[in-house]
Amino acid sequence: MSLQSTMDDTSNRVQLVPAAETPVPAVGKRGQGMQRARAVVLALIVPVCLMVIWDVMVRWTGTRLVPSPYGVAVMMWDFAFGGIYDDAYSASLPIHFWKSVQRVYGGFLCAATIGIPLGLMIGRMPLLRKLLDPTLSLLRPIPVTAWLPLSMIFFGLGPRAAIFLVFLGAFFPILLNTVFGVRSVDIRLFEAAEMLGCSGAQQFRSVVLPAALPSIFNGLRLGAGFAWILIVVGEMTGVPEGLGAVIMDGRTLSRTDLVITGMIIIGVTGFVSDRILLMLSNYFLRWSPQHHA
Amino acid sequence: MVALATAFKPAATGASLEVKDVSHAFDIDGNVLPVLDNVSISVAPGEFVALLGPSGCGKSTLLRLVAGLEPPRAGALEEDGVAITGPYPSRVVVFQDPTLFPWRTVWDNVALGLEAQGVLKTQRHRVDAAIDLVGLGAFKKAYPHQLSGGMAQRVALARALVNDPRILVLDEPLGKLDSLTRITMQAELVSLWQRNGFTALLVTHDVEEALFLANRVIVFSDRPARVTADITVDRPYPRHRGDPHLAELRRQILGLLGLDATW
Repeated sequence: MSLQSTMDDTSNRVQLVPAAETPVPAVGKRGQGMQRARAVVLALIVPVCLMVIWDVMVRWTGTRLVPSPYGVAVMMWDFAFGGIYDDAYSASLPIHFWKSVQRVYGGFLCAATIGIPLGLMIGRMPLLRKLLDPTLSLLRPIPVTAWLPLSMIFFGLGPRAAIFLVFLGAFFPILLNTVFGVRSVDIRLFEAAEMLGCSGAQQFRSVVLPAALPSIFNGLRLGAGFAWILIVVGEMTGVPEGLGAVIMDGRTLSRTDLVITGMIIIGVTGFVSDRILLMLSNYFLRWSPQHHA
Repeated sequence: MVALATAFKPAATGASLEVKDVSHAFDIDGNVLPVLDNVSISVAPGEFVALLGPSGCGKSTLLRLVAGLEPPRAGALEEDGVAITGPYPSRVVVFQDPTLFPWRTVWDNVALGLEAQGVLKTQRHRVDAAIDLVGLGAFKKAYPHQLSGGMAQRVALARALVNDPRILVLDEPLGKLDSLTRITMQAELVSLWQRNGFTALLVTHDVEEALFLANRVIVFSDRPARVTADITVDRPYPRHRGDPHLAELRRQILGLLGLDATW
């Protein structure tokens, strides 16, 4: 053994022994609970402040155009359970909510079932990429709302036009993030898989899909966000039921409390659906330390 | 580890490897950069051959050709007299970086080769045996990010060994490890090779490592790589690092590499 390596040995021994054989220790359960409570409190500060400012501003200006938070809360109660105004919107939340959720997730799931496999293939097959990429790049900058007239011609007045818009809005972020995910995989992982005899469809399942998963989840979260944005536009097309339709009706009837109620419900539902995606993402990406949000 | 290894029975022994007049080049920004110049090497079944050369000379490129990851520009490569046309599990490369699949546990990483061949269901014990062989029995369910560099490299070794390779191709597999782990793993490699009988081809820039492990040391010139010396290391295993014969060979080889070693 040379002098050089003897010196290396002693200088490395100190850090080698503890670092080499112990996996990362988990945080205690009690500590986790405390952290979660802290996160909830921190997250609530801004919404509560905004409500207070809203309330103060309504009282201070004496406006009749914008209802106070209390007025919206009453409206929301009536919208959900009825018994206060007893008009066309009383206790109609479940039906509007259910219709919108169906359309959002219908369009979103269509976008995901087409976007993810197509993205995986475009990312991995140069021929398909050359065939489709220019067309997709051409379609992508067109605002989805610009498709509204055409979608009404294609699908008529009704929910299918709304689903189509939601699909378009969610499709591009899902597709592009999937392609990006596949393209950014270390080429040596593919080589390693090939050397182990893993090729073709099995390589797609065992290497391409899991390697692109972090990026796919980014795309799904972005896509779900766009889906909720586009449902309001989609339901402007003369659909009788749905949260977007309620907001449009509220606007025409100058019922701002109804508009704000619809906005809040969409916001909360979008938030919850993002959290569900985040939970799925954390579960499927539990192998990746940097993807635990 | 030595005791556990008896459970691991290789199905095949080493293959011979012929590298015949191989030349290779890269196109970099429109310029042709020659990396291998008429290289011919003949490796007998079960032999342990180390390839030494200045850094960036093209040794690793030769390994990529042996693995079948790239075809050579000129010349031919043969495993047991059969032309090498693509990657195959009997010629697995262990790279300097372990290139583990981060979404798979240690066990699942090692199992991929058998899974790809469709024999995993009946051969699960081979995965366990390979993991035990590299001493990571307690870490089967760990993910790669939870492992140290040395442990990850051992997983890569197990992932290669589970396929019963006939040629184990090692591309500076110990290059990034700290010297203590490196010395341990050098001894482990020797005993794995002696027990399993595969042919081993090792690229390294560490002359001492080459002399400690290999039957033969092949020295390459600067890029484009040509074989400048083929030295037989005729010493029994296990070898001793203080062996005066090895020290003399080390001095010779360093001289071939253009270093005048006085100590």
